[in-house]
Amino acid sequence: MRRKNIKQLFVLVILIQLAPVSAALDSARQAELLYLLKHDCGSCHGMTRKGGLGPPLLPGNLGGRPQLLFVDTILDGRAGTPMPPWRGLLTEQEAQWLVEAMRRGDGL
Amino acid sequence: MIRLFIPCRSESHPRIALAKRSYSGIFLFLVFFSVIFQSANADCLTRGTGDLGVIVERASGSVQIVETTGKTSLFRVDGLGDLSHASAVFSRDERYAYIFGRDGGLSKIDLLCGKLEKRIVQAGNSIGGAISQDGKLVAVSNYQPGGVKVFAADTLALVADLPAVDGKGTSSKVVGLVDAPGQQFVYTLYDAGEIRIADMADPAKPEVQVFTGIGRLPYDALITPNGRYYIAGLFGEDGLAKLDLWKPQQGVQRILGDYGRGEEKLPVYKMPHLEGWAMADGQLFLPAVGRHEVLVIDSNTWQETGRIAVHGQPVFVEARPDGRQVWVNFAHPRNDTVQVIDTQTLKIVKTLQPGKGVLHMEFTPRGEAVWVSVRDTDSVLVYDTASLKQLAQLPAAKPSGIFFTARAHRTGL
Repeated sequence: MRRKNIKQLFVLVILIQLAPVSAALDSARQAELLYLLKHDCGSCHGMTRKGGLGPPLLPGNLGGRPQLLFVDTILDGRAGTPMPPWRGLLTEQEAQWLVEAMRRGDGL
Repeated sequence: MIRLFIPCRSESHPRIALAKRSYSGIFLFLVFFSVIFQSANADCLTRGTGDLGVIVERASGSVQIVETTGKTSLFRVDGLGDLSHASAVFSRDERYAYIFGRDGGLSKIDLLCGKLEKRIVQAGNSIGGAISQDGKLVAVSNYQPGGVKVFAADTLALVADLPAVDGKGTSSKVVGLVDAPGQQFVYTLYDAGEIRIADMADPAKPEVQVFTGIGRLPYDALITPNGRYYIAGLFGEDGLAKLDLWKPQQGVQRILGDYGRGEEKLPVYKMPHLEGWAMADGQLFLPAVGRHEVLVIDSNTWQETGRIAVHGQPVFVEARPDGRQVWVNFAHPRNDTVQVIDTQTLKIVKTLQPGKGVLHMEFTPRGEAVWVSVRDTDSVLVYDTASLKQLAQLPAAKPSGIFFTARAHRTGL
């Protein structure tokens, strides 16, 4: 019985470590990121993320490709296109949270 | 027809007072129809429209109709869809505004009644529009599907569909759509790197001239006030593409091709806009891409004559109507500031901080004042362009573009 509890605790600890890093972003920063997504990303991708000069960023447009690709695109931009690197303005953790938020359709 | 004969605001009309004494039956008749008229048009104004304008409230899908004489808001019109990057043109009688929304919506608004006259959704994703020289055609440039659609200005019925398919069969996003003399629309294909001239003299048979290979990723364009030169800014390479519409057979020429060669560009967090024509003393002022600079070009030789170091990456570079000052706003994250350049000395004479998210500036017709939209403080600030002092502040929900009716009589706006 005790061994089982320890095992559960162990699994829990692992799960906490695997949980999205965004869990550490406070809600005020999350609100700022959603505002940035809507108004600043939105100037190219549309405020409703349906696309513009840049491609659409709706949940249906973001499936099937690895998380890392989108995080890298946000942080380092995409050469040959107007997508700028946001490194320096956004942390890696914040870029990850933004990709998750777009995948969930937060703020739509 | 009845409306034409009934006075609009007849509370103490002298002729009606006379009728009351002599012709009480007719008086009652008039009052009856007057009441009907006033209830049907309770909010319509009886005034001119030369000092009116619209402020786009982009997040709420609404516009405010404002007047620049008393600096007040007259109406709010809702239900205009996604207005990110929305812009407006005006009918030549300055009665109606046509609003181009991001979601492909084209809305015709009655400025005197504060009413949405008609709205169509003509594409999936669009970026702006233009009104023809004769005022009868309204054209919209589209991202998805690419191309230009042309509508009758009065009914918004489709007149012509101009696809933007290049030689390889690929459809392009269309940017930089303007009207030009000779009932033409001129526009640029972002993906294909082409400029096209559509002659709409016979709307049923548009004639389209194509200029290929103008450069990579043209992001916006402008036309000179006389309608002669059309200039597209390039994002994918250095310089700008110039087409002389008086001599289209000469083709597209590159100007400022050496500008910035070998220099590292800064990341661009907001595309510059080429709108209007910031010109003074034969000098043209343009936003540099990826640099904290305004470029100065001699408009006779098309050579660079100077660079003005500014606060951030310029978005709009706009000349006061007399050309004595140029006002500049900036891209994220330096978008809380506006700078004023004296075009005689090429020096910055004032740095203003209207607030975070300055998105647009619009001068009154003769330039004594400028209206500045400040997104993050939900306000529009009005500045005196002589004293550079703030004159007024109007509340507006996430304001972006500001457009005054004087544009109705200017080519390319």
